[in-house]
Amino acid sequence: MSIWRTEENTPPWKGRYAPYDLVKELCIAVVVIGLLAVLLTVLLSSPDDKPSTIAQWSHELPADFATTAAKELDETSPTAEYGPPYNHSSGSVQHFLFLHPQRWFGVSHPINTADDFVIKPLETIPNNPALQKALAEYKAAPEKQKKEWSEAYAKPLEAYSEAVEEKKTPPTTVAVDQSTGTVTVKASGAGPVPTMMASLQGLAQSGGVDGSLLTSNQFFQTDYTKPLLFMADGGLLAERAEAQHLLGKQWGLMNETGSYPGQPWLWLYALWYQVEPMKSSPNADIQVLLIMGLLSLAFICIPFIPVINRIPRWIPIYKLIWREHYRAGESAAGGSTS
Amino acid sequence: MSSVASPPPDSPAPSKSWTVKVREKGVEALPPERLLPDGQPTYVASWIYVFGVASIASLIVIILSGSIIALKGPAWWHYTGVGHFFNSIHMWSVELFFFVMVVHLWGKYWMASWRGGRGRVWITGAITFLVAVPAALTGYVSQQNFDAQWISTQAKDAMNSVGVGAFFNLTNFGQMYSYHILLLPIAVVLLVSAHVLLVRRNGVVPPFEVQERVAALAGAKTDGSAPASPDGATAAEDSSGSHAGGPS
Repeated sequence: MSIWRTEENTPPWKGRYAPYDLVKELCIAVVVIGLLAVLLTVLLSSPDDKPSTIAQWSHELPADFATTAAKELDETSPTAEYGPPYNHSSGSVQHFLFLHPQRWFGVSHPINTADDFVIKPLETIPNNPALQKALAEYKAAPEKQKKEWSEAYAKPLEAYSEAVEEKKTPPTTVAVDQSTGTVTVKASGAGPVPTMMASLQGLAQSGGVDGSLLTSNQFFQTDYTKPLLFMADGGLLAERAEAQHLLGKQWGLMNETGSYPGQPWLWLYALWYQVEPMKSSPNADIQVLLIMGLLSLAFICIPFIPVINRIPRWIPIYKLIWREHYRAGESAAGGSTS
Repeated sequence: MSSVASPPPDSPAPSKSWTVKVREKGVEALPPERLLPDGQPTYVASWIYVFGVASIASLIVIILSGSIIALKGPAWWHYTGVGHFFNSIHMWSVELFFFVMVVHLWGKYWMASWRGGRGRVWITGAITFLVAVPAALTGYVSQQNFDAQWISTQAKDAMNSVGVGAFFNLTNFGQMYSYHILLLPIAVVLLVSAHVLLVRRNGVVPPFEVQERVAALAGAKTDGSAPASPDGATAAEDSSGSHAGGPS
């Protein structure tokens, strides 16, 4: 017996056949579905919210940009601490029991946040002697010194962000001019970092960081990993997402901007993130994907899973589907057939 | 004028020919009247059968609208009304595709349509659904708008957690666009083709307990002018006068 053959055999149909035009039916279906899609288009259109840019982020949320950039420099941002495939950290590395696939596949898209998000963009700024001097001083310093400078600069910014988030009075060490998008940080012991970060803010607002994060050895660019990760470390994307009900706690993975249906077929996938232990687990993603992998396998194998493959016989929805057939059978057989 | 050599009329068929072997196997597995039948068993008479052909129709609309967008490039729909119109058709046909496909799958589950050696029909249908999910996801992250930014930066963590992110980078627009407009659609079309051919080969699954009814139904005399069935029976109108069906 073939492994493809499920336990129940069905003999070849020896009953009557009704005329049927397969090609005509398909053509009619295409026209109907096409018209339905046009009708939905005319009535509801489709969403297209403009993408955010680093220039926009640094203008609208200058303190958030400065805080994020400081964390990229001292390598304490989510991306800096992520782990594979971006670097060798472990902040976002997940595992399940003995399964460590994130580690196994290694660093395939290497990102050094200090170099890639701060130093290299600054190196593209010409004719700025103060910045060149600050950069040279920073690059020549030992790692320990760099860390002390960047931490000294980041600390007041983090205190400022916390105060804003908790709606408390912000510390006076950080002055933000929202109209010009400038951030002034009074940080003692930060060495050349304030000069560097002021230049980065200016470069970002001019659109220079957007461009420099796409630059590589190639002329043509299609990989937006660096600018997207930089922006995702900050608060602009999340702020917009929350307003559009797109956060994870809002079943965001299956939603899209506006009141459009999004990807409702992901409901089961999104569901697992709402229940414990996945809801509060640092390994939620791998747990959910393993669950969905098993469920997908079971879905494919339904014909061969005992009990599951018998349910359709026990719950006779089939009597509704084939009611015409059973009615005809009753007439032909002259009695009850169920 | 040169003469063209022709094989002698009584020469045997080249039995070693791969082409002949493929043709013979193909015709044996799916003779034309089975591949494109003009009759369906009378039990194929329910609206649920419409959802199979509706899934294929939605896929055709998706491919047509997507092809128009692809002809003009990925940025076109953001700055022209016509482009946005076709993007909307593309999006809604995807929503319709998943809706009718899910109804089709549920219908087939309640019919236990894997019976009688039709396990592969179910399997190809189920895999089509599973492959359609990343086909749609790569579309969402290829949109070049805020949705694409947010979905790609959030979904990357799931991909990375199982190591897939190492070679399937949701934040790489070029890679995702290739998957969306070429690789995954090809996979879906191949799976749907296999699914439909398997349905045509095995026939639409008959109702439960059909065995007990076969004799009674076969007893009913058929009209000689009705179309021939793939099994050699003749067709006649269903006594109820209604029929529906398709490559379901």
